[in-house]
Amino acid sequence: MSLAQTAAAPKADPSRFRLFWRSFAENRGAVLGLFIMCVLVTLAILADVLALHSPIEQFRDHFLTPPLWQAGGDSEFPLGTDDVGRDMLSRLIYGARLSLIIGGSVASLALITGTTLGLTAAFAGGIVDIFIMRVMDILLVFPSLLLAIVIVSILGPGLFNAMLAVVVVTLPGYTRLSRASALSEMARDYVTATRCAGAGPLRLMFVTVLPNCLAPLIVQVSLGFATAILDAAALGFLGLGAQPPTPEWGTMLAGALQYYQRAWWVLAFPGFSILITVLAFNLFGDGLRDALDPKLKR
Amino acid sequence: MLRFLLGRVTLIIPTFVGVTFLSFILLHLIPGDPIEVRAGERGIDPVRLEELRHDYGLDQPLWKQFLDYEVQIAHGNLGVSMVTRETVWNEFSTLFPATIELTISAILFALIIGIPLGVIAAVRRGSPFDYGLMGMSVTGASMPIFWWGLMMILVFSVALGWTPVSGRISDAYFIEPWSGFMLVDCWYSDPGACRSAFSHLILPTIVLGTNPLALIARMTRSSMLEVLNEDYIRTARAKGLVASRVVIVHALRNALIPVVTVIGLSVGGLLSGAILTETIFSWPGVGHWLIESIQRRDYPVLQGGTLVIGVLVILVNLSVDLTYGYLNPRIRR
Repeated sequence: MSLAQTAAAPKADPSRFRLFWRSFAENRGAVLGLFIMCVLVTLAILADVLALHSPIEQFRDHFLTPPLWQAGGDSEFPLGTDDVGRDMLSRLIYGARLSLIIGGSVASLALITGTTLGLTAAFAGGIVDIFIMRVMDILLVFPSLLLAIVIVSILGPGLFNAMLAVVVVTLPGYTRLSRASALSEMARDYVTATRCAGAGPLRLMFVTVLPNCLAPLIVQVSLGFATAILDAAALGFLGLGAQPPTPEWGTMLAGALQYYQRAWWVLAFPGFSILITVLAFNLFGDGLRDALDPKLKR
Repeated sequence: MLRFLLGRVTLIIPTFVGVTFLSFILLHLIPGDPIEVRAGERGIDPVRLEELRHDYGLDQPLWKQFLDYEVQIAHGNLGVSMVTRETVWNEFSTLFPATIELTISAILFALIIGIPLGVIAAVRRGSPFDYGLMGMSVTGASMPIFWWGLMMILVFSVALGWTPVSGRISDAYFIEPWSGFMLVDCWYSDPGACRSAFSHLILPTIVLGTNPLALIARMTRSSMLEVLNEDYIRTARAKGLVASRVVIVHALRNALIPVVTVIGLSVGGLLSGAILTETIFSWPGVGHWLIESIQRRDYPVLQGGTLVIGVLVILVNLSVDLTYGYLNPRIRR
């Protein structure tokens, strides 16, 4: 008892996290999402240890081996192999690593760029504000996948370009959100007080106002993770994202198109992995929103 | 109202110019010359290259090209396909009804199933049905529809043989494209054609409708929950009205306003989904056409098609905005 108290004492505000957690844990879906996320992160980190084979190694005498529990299955390849004899399970595990990297880098790049643009628009006002927000409106006009496709067709297909395209497509969300919350914070007295105390615009933007706009942005990042993974997989599926033999889930589905009617496992598993991953981030994001912003709670 | 209308219309002009600018620079951001890129590894005779560059106006200064482009668009000229030599507008207008048919049937599917489910979930808040539906709704919203479509084909077309795999109608029928909507045009043909057209439409409709269905069920539920707490609902109940009448007539009508707005504004999302759905089911619509134009490096088609779709979304958003302003005087300011 006393040990626990002394351990908790040095923390600045121990009750805050606990309050958040209590509210978050009420939502069973969100906890499930968090659990799946933890499993995925573990898989991604330990991919080299957990995967039985290299994701691109081709076993010449094991083309389209069915999963373990089906007739003709091989315990070497628990989820079967694809058309050139690559182990499905190993490719899926490495795919988890790739998906998390895609989601993480797209969401953080979009967050940083979008927040900077949004705060700049809010603080500069006038013509800068109008210009930035008009550009965002124009980006929002196009169906997101179409815009991403157009961008990739300009830059050329490939994982990196696909990720850039998804950043551009998701940018308006972050920009609008950060601008709106910055504007409402700027009307508060503490910002005026800081300004009177002589704080420069950069300090006001990033040190004074930004930390108070974080809650909705954190939620947006979590949901943005899901969008990024889904969009990058869609681009991969259309042949515009990661190129074979990269074990990206969407690209794997595109590769399966010619023979999936004979071998259901090459189709079912990669898509199911996308679904589960996106679902986990969406559940987690919804839970975060309910816990961080009680006003929106249904 | 007139002032509100004029305000909204002037507001979209800069967006409109921006959209044309974006589709204009598309052709110029491609590394290298679009004509050389299209010629690919075969190369192209330098004299012919200059000729073609002149034909497409690529030898002019950039600002002049942009002005020419704006003038050209104002005349309704979207350019000519480099592959078929057909005007982009002609190609678009022949294929667009197929996309509209698919999109409308997907929305109807989502509405007809989503609204009742959302209402029942709201009325039985906290019941297993409610939890189950909300779980399904998040799953539907997270669904990678390109995979979902292929799984449906695998189950319903390949394993069970219930529905065809691709296209709009069986090859056995030739339907004169009168309206472009297969379900309308087949009406004048024999009943077999109608059955065929309908069975081709089912799977793509379900696939494209999955995301909107999830969204609509969820929106209806939360909007109903809000409305059911209002005073006038309590009044209606206190008057002794039948529960179903209170829910359907008093509550649902008001709960649907935000739902309808969201549907109107999600046209962009539907078109994104249509690109994937049409690719999977070889549905001869605009999305399929755009993806093909990328594979064939037919840049004028990509440029013109993107522009038309952008303008279309602007117009739909504007009309949603105006309708909402008409229905809800408070936002007219």
